[in-house]
Amino acid sequence: MSMVAEAPLKNAIPTDQELIDFVVREARLIDQQRFDEWLDLYADDAYYWMPLEWNQTDPRLTCSLMYEDKLLLSIRVERLKGARTFSQKPKSRCHHVLQTPQVDSRDPAANNYVTWTPMHYIETRMDEQTLFAAWATHHLGVENGRLKIKLKRVDLINCDAAFGNIQLFM
Amino acid sequence: MTRYAGNAAALRALVRDQEVHRDVYVSEEVFQLEMEHMFPNSWVYVGHDSQVPNAGDYFGTTIGTQPILMVRHTDGTVKVLHNRCPHKGTRITSETCGNAGKFFRCPYHAWSFRTDGSLLAIPLKKGYENTGFEQSHAASGMAPVRHVRNYRGFVFAKINDGGLDFEEFFGDSLSSFDNMIDRSPVGQLKVAGGVLRYMHNCNWKMLVENQTDTCHPMVAHESSAGTVVEVWKKAPPGTKKPMAVEIIAPFMSPYEFFENMGIRIWDNGHGHTGVHHSIHSDYSAVSGYFEKMTVAYGEERAKAILGENRHNTVYFPNIMIKGPIQLLRHFKPIAANKTLVESWTFQLVDAPDMLLERTLMYNRLINAPTSIVGHDDLEMYERAQEGLHSNGNEWVNLQRLYSPDEAGQTNVAVNGTSEWPMRHQFRAWTKFMTMGM
Repeated sequence: MSMVAEAPLKNAIPTDQELIDFVVREARLIDQQRFDEWLDLYADDAYYWMPLEWNQTDPRLTCSLMYEDKLLLSIRVERLKGARTFSQKPKSRCHHVLQTPQVDSRDPAANNYVTWTPMHYIETRMDEQTLFAAWATHHLGVENGRLKIKLKRVDLINCDAAFGNIQLFM
Repeated sequence: MTRYAGNAAALRALVRDQEVHRDVYVSEEVFQLEMEHMFPNSWVYVGHDSQVPNAGDYFGTTIGTQPILMVRHTDGTVKVLHNRCPHKGTRITSETCGNAGKFFRCPYHAWSFRTDGSLLAIPLKKGYENTGFEQSHAASGMAPVRHVRNYRGFVFAKINDGGLDFEEFFGDSLSSFDNMIDRSPVGQLKVAGGVLRYMHNCNWKMLVENQTDTCHPMVAHESSAGTVVEVWKKAPPGTKKPMAVEIIAPFMSPYEFFENMGIRIWDNGHGHTGVHHSIHSDYSAVSGYFEKMTVAYGEERAKAILGENRHNTVYFPNIMIKGPIQLLRHFKPIAANKTLVESWTFQLVDAPDMLLERTLMYNRLINAPTSIVGHDDLEMYERAQEGLHSNGNEWVNLQRLYSPDEAGQTNVAVNGTSEWPMRHQFRAWTKFMTMGM
């Protein structure tokens, strides 16, 4: 599985291109099922959020499809490796098609950079292939010279539809 | 080919004391008969009246596969109407919920109806003069579901005139609703937090049966709950147990835990797991809640209410509630091999927000299409739906802890791993399926 390793940031403040490369790399790590490397992109206090409602603002008192801290994300990654993870026998595969991420805001003083990425995500298992359309919003920060995800929010265009299993990460 | 229509004996033969024939899950004909007989003969959950707080508010749902509407009428009562224009059959509402104002108006020809369904006005009325219109089905408006009961906010309806009355149908089982509602210091619930919708390619009864199946969690959920337990073991000593671990880890409890927790059987297919304790028993206390309950009910009664830890209460045919965390799952049949699962959550009025937060976390971690616990279950249902097409064996076994004298018994508490509740659901299934045939 060859892919250029994550390069350290050239300077203390990331360039737009470095933010864009990071978002693209994250999607590629999921597609290549390199989940341990993927998890390492998340800060220790990060959240992965997939709202249930259109324009949802509250992850606490409104239900979400996912609102997971790093512990829950690491449980998902461990589970995917399990010998008795029957819903992953055979395993799912997935595929991201991203638009070029747009840098929505840069705030070096607060160490906060926000990108917006429209995307199509395809998940497949056995004979089923399902297409999802979504917008990914990344809240990124620099830690020890590396970019880390503080919050990844995935808004599905049909967030309130009745879905079958969605097993991997968008 | 029809094998079962109008043939009560053939339908009864599908259910034996200790096994059921696969056709109850895979036959489209049996499914159609469930929609024609079993659902209309039963009191079926419609919705909660907090979904329609104001006059004109409506909520669209189904009884079996029939589209219906729950609406708050101008007199403040909740009506249940067939969601069909009496003219050409057009579904009246386009959105699942909304406010109709003072009347419903069909979007096709502008026939309008009061919120109790009665016909208010039609355009070009002269065209119906001397046609006998007053005697037509159409003139009576949107047909109401005649048998409706609002039990402390929970609305049920029965489509057929025959069958049992509400009290006879539910009996003592309403105590699970009472306990869930009494957990509010003011004895009131409110739908809150949004509804999770999860499509299952399997028969609806597999989901209902699974609510009292206590021998699958430690097996099917080893991948999810077992991984939680393993990952949590690696946390540094002294780390505070996260709410998510409190919620998921008990699914890995041993057989003995589930045997001892017990199952209660009521009449007509209803029953609940968790007579003595449950997977909800050991949740951390929520600051300030017990104090509020004590002020509202007195200490002894507050302890009695919160001491109940019923796990899953099944209300036959197609809902399950979890009193200790205020959650209701509605298993909506679509086809023999297709079921929509809606998971609804409730806020305890005048209780701390943390309780709703926990309810929503539970719903997200267990019942979402993105939930790893849900993935475990759905995989098993879909494998069963496929495997039942094997001609190697046409029967599904429900024999665990069977006793020949159990059929007539009701309101009994038994071993928590018994398949009695499933046998009992099928006895009710036969009863309501063949009632009036």
